[in-house]
Amino acid sequence: MTPSLDTVSVILVYSAIAVYALAFIAFTMDLARRAGEVRTVAAASVGTAASSGSGGTALLDREQIEAGDATASRGRLVWLRIGLSLTIIGFVVHLVATVLRGLAAERVPWANMYEFSLTATLIITAVFLGVQLRQDLRFLGTFIIGLVTVLLGLSTVGFYVSVVPLPPSLQSIWLIIHVFVASLGTAFLGLGAALSIMQLLQHRREGLPVESRFTRMRAFASLPDAEKLENLAYRLIIVGFVFWTFTLIAGAIWAEAAWGRYWGWDVKEVWTFVIWTIFAGYIHARSTRGWRGVPSAWLAIVGFSSVLFNYTVVNLFFNGLHSYSGLTE
Amino acid sequence: MARSSDGSKATEGVLRPSDHIDSTPADGGGLNEPKLGVLGYLRFFWRQLTSMRTALVLLLLLAVAAVPGSLVPQRSADPNGVAQYFVTNPDLAPILDSIQMFDVYTSAWFSAIYLLLFVSLVGCIIPRIRHHWQAMRARPPRTPKRLSRLEGFVRDERAEGTVADAVDAAERTLKRAGYRTERYGDSVSAERGYLRETGNLVFHSALVGVLVTVGVGGGFGYQGQKIIVEGQTFVNTLLAYDSFSPGRFFDQDALDPYSITLDQLDVVYEEENLDALGQPTDFTAHVDLLDQDGTTSDGEIKVNHPLRVHGNDVFLLGNGYAPVITVRDGEGNIAFSEAVPFLPQDANLTSLGVVKVPDALPEQLGLVGFAYPTQGYLDSGAMTSVYPDDIRPVVSFNVFTGDLGVDDGIPRSVYELDTRDMTQVAGRGTDVDAIILEPGQTQDLPNGLGSVTFESMPRFVSVDVHHDPSQLWVLVFAVLVLLGLLSSLFIPRRRVWIRVTAGADGGIVSEYAGLARGEDPGLSAAVSALAKQHADRL
Repeated sequence: MTPSLDTVSVILVYSAIAVYALAFIAFTMDLARRAGEVRTVAAASVGTAASSGSGGTALLDREQIEAGDATASRGRLVWLRIGLSLTIIGFVVHLVATVLRGLAAERVPWANMYEFSLTATLIITAVFLGVQLRQDLRFLGTFIIGLVTVLLGLSTVGFYVSVVPLPPSLQSIWLIIHVFVASLGTAFLGLGAALSIMQLLQHRREGLPVESRFTRMRAFASLPDAEKLENLAYRLIIVGFVFWTFTLIAGAIWAEAAWGRYWGWDVKEVWTFVIWTIFAGYIHARSTRGWRGVPSAWLAIVGFSSVLFNYTVVNLFFNGLHSYSGLTE
Repeated sequence: MARSSDGSKATEGVLRPSDHIDSTPADGGGLNEPKLGVLGYLRFFWRQLTSMRTALVLLLLLAVAAVPGSLVPQRSADPNGVAQYFVTNPDLAPILDSIQMFDVYTSAWFSAIYLLLFVSLVGCIIPRIRHHWQAMRARPPRTPKRLSRLEGFVRDERAEGTVADAVDAAERTLKRAGYRTERYGDSVSAERGYLRETGNLVFHSALVGVLVTVGVGGGFGYQGQKIIVEGQTFVNTLLAYDSFSPGRFFDQDALDPYSITLDQLDVVYEEENLDALGQPTDFTAHVDLLDQDGTTSDGEIKVNHPLRVHGNDVFLLGNGYAPVITVRDGEGNIAFSEAVPFLPQDANLTSLGVVKVPDALPEQLGLVGFAYPTQGYLDSGAMTSVYPDDIRPVVSFNVFTGDLGVDDGIPRSVYELDTRDMTQVAGRGTDVDAIILEPGQTQDLPNGLGSVTFESMPRFVSVDVHHDPSQLWVLVFAVLVLLGLLSSLFIPRRRVWIRVTAGADGGIVSEYAGLARGEDPGLSAAVSALAKQHADRL
């Protein structure tokens, strides 16, 4: 028997995982480099700072951040470029693998846990790459490509199932729309949460006494400030929130056609609602005095953790109507 | 707080609760405030309830309160799971039950949270709707003195042109870009993005709409379940349902007595893919519909494609086999001849069923057994079904005789046989072999009790019949929620000013600046673009 499309697809998935792993290493190298290079700038500036007083230190701190973005960063930019190039290669391989799986199954490749992981991680990578066109967020590569590598690796090893036909309950146009938009929402919420994590770390760094910023959390010196990170996170999360709202409504329409009721507090429905409510809370927190900044960032992180929980634990261990993992218990 | 009924002040922006990030902090710590009366306290609590902080806490509380319903089975979604939970956790279950953990989404505490949240929401949006209504009809505010302090400031000098022409051009440019404009001397003040607040208010009002339609509209609906065997007819009347749950305001006359006859259930099985051999890939129930006025029509019910008829939605939720069993009693009379739905136990539809024959003489008979659509054997030698299609159908029965316990008026499940007052006369545990039949075969019962015939094995479907008049409204409000959300998050609300002055040595100087009203990352770029468009017109 010649290798089937699915066999080729699986080989490509493993290849993509390997390439992503390399991309992850490159992005991590970049973060490490940021830490290293700021030290050299800092070492040069501390002497002058000591003689020019505290006002001068603050000024130097700003200069040094700019320096991190421009001149002294050539070595690091190489790692960023390598990381992004590897991500693009990994993405293309991943895309071909996913398309082949769809061709093998003769339907959209997101009808069970394995296929859903395949497509969702593909979309996360696509959104990560797409966002770079408007805003340089390559520094999120460690987080995002790390997450993609782990999710794709775990699901390929743990959730793989061979191609089987769609059960009648999944034969619906809503499978295509509902699940695809859910993945899209997951991708934006994930990027937003990664930025919120960065925001918290940056916030912590900004709270350090100026002197110790030269020795602690140096990798963050060359990243945008906490407020900028928060604004970026917000802009991604509201896009994710709209997709999530659509997922909820589309899911209800599908549930009505399939099960005869549009809402029944099935476990998956409960968690989709909980996530929606948390992110609604996030959006309100951002415009509530006393909640902007750190508290709202935590809400984004809790929200995305719930997304991951919904997708892993709820899918695998909770009994409900959404038991489509394709895995036997 | 920006609350003001004064028309000119109302234009100062969007009305928000006092702890909104865009509103100015309330002044004074309240140290010198007079003592609050009853009305004062009420006003104080109302303000607290409608504040952003309270709404936010309630929202997060709602998220937390929804979680237990996914950890513990719920009566509404999984009544059997609840019963099972009581068996496996006899100590914990009553405690959980006392705090409504099995009815989380109708519980007092969950209801309290969302009702408070919605009261807070309504209290917040009503004044905002009033305020927004005024703001939409108000004039854009006076041009500030120093535009250079505002965002996206651009200054453009040119050697020729007149101030009057440039102001005209500025107004046209802004109008073209969708701004509402107002001239103040040689400057134009402009505002756009009212749809942002409109969308925000639509979003929140539509959420209230969803809640109200679900709460009230749901009461007019009903849902019922019915098992229909191939060839049988179901008439839409209350008595015909196997189970029925009406809404609060349900009226029995609302049932339209049409009838549905199940002609045939077609099932398609996967026959090529070895990884999924025998997996059903399609269920199609072919039905005949008979209306009250005598018109007939054909219909189809599939999974994901309910039959929408007479304001009802008929869903195909389950299926199985209903062997037709005929029992003759010891006196040779036909005591029973019916299709008996058997409950599927596994993917290959090994099905469990009970035949109760209360009219048998001299004693009542009960049969408990299995139907195997394609009979095969387990390693243990026990019979099982090896394929879900009816390729080699066989039924097997253990036979009991005695009192079925159906005559005392206590309702009993048709799927269970109470054998306490019965004696087993055939099958495992007795000297007589179980009764095993293929279609058309008849076997005598021991002790001259009669005989059992397996006639044929039609399929049955279980259908859910739903009527929910509020459904369409919920959808309408849900779409409004989405549209409102889109415009409230992505339409920027901004003010822009263009001021033209005469240059020192002839020519004109144009100044441009903007002010964000809420999140607006693109403001500077928008001001620059307007400056360029204006320059192009000069």
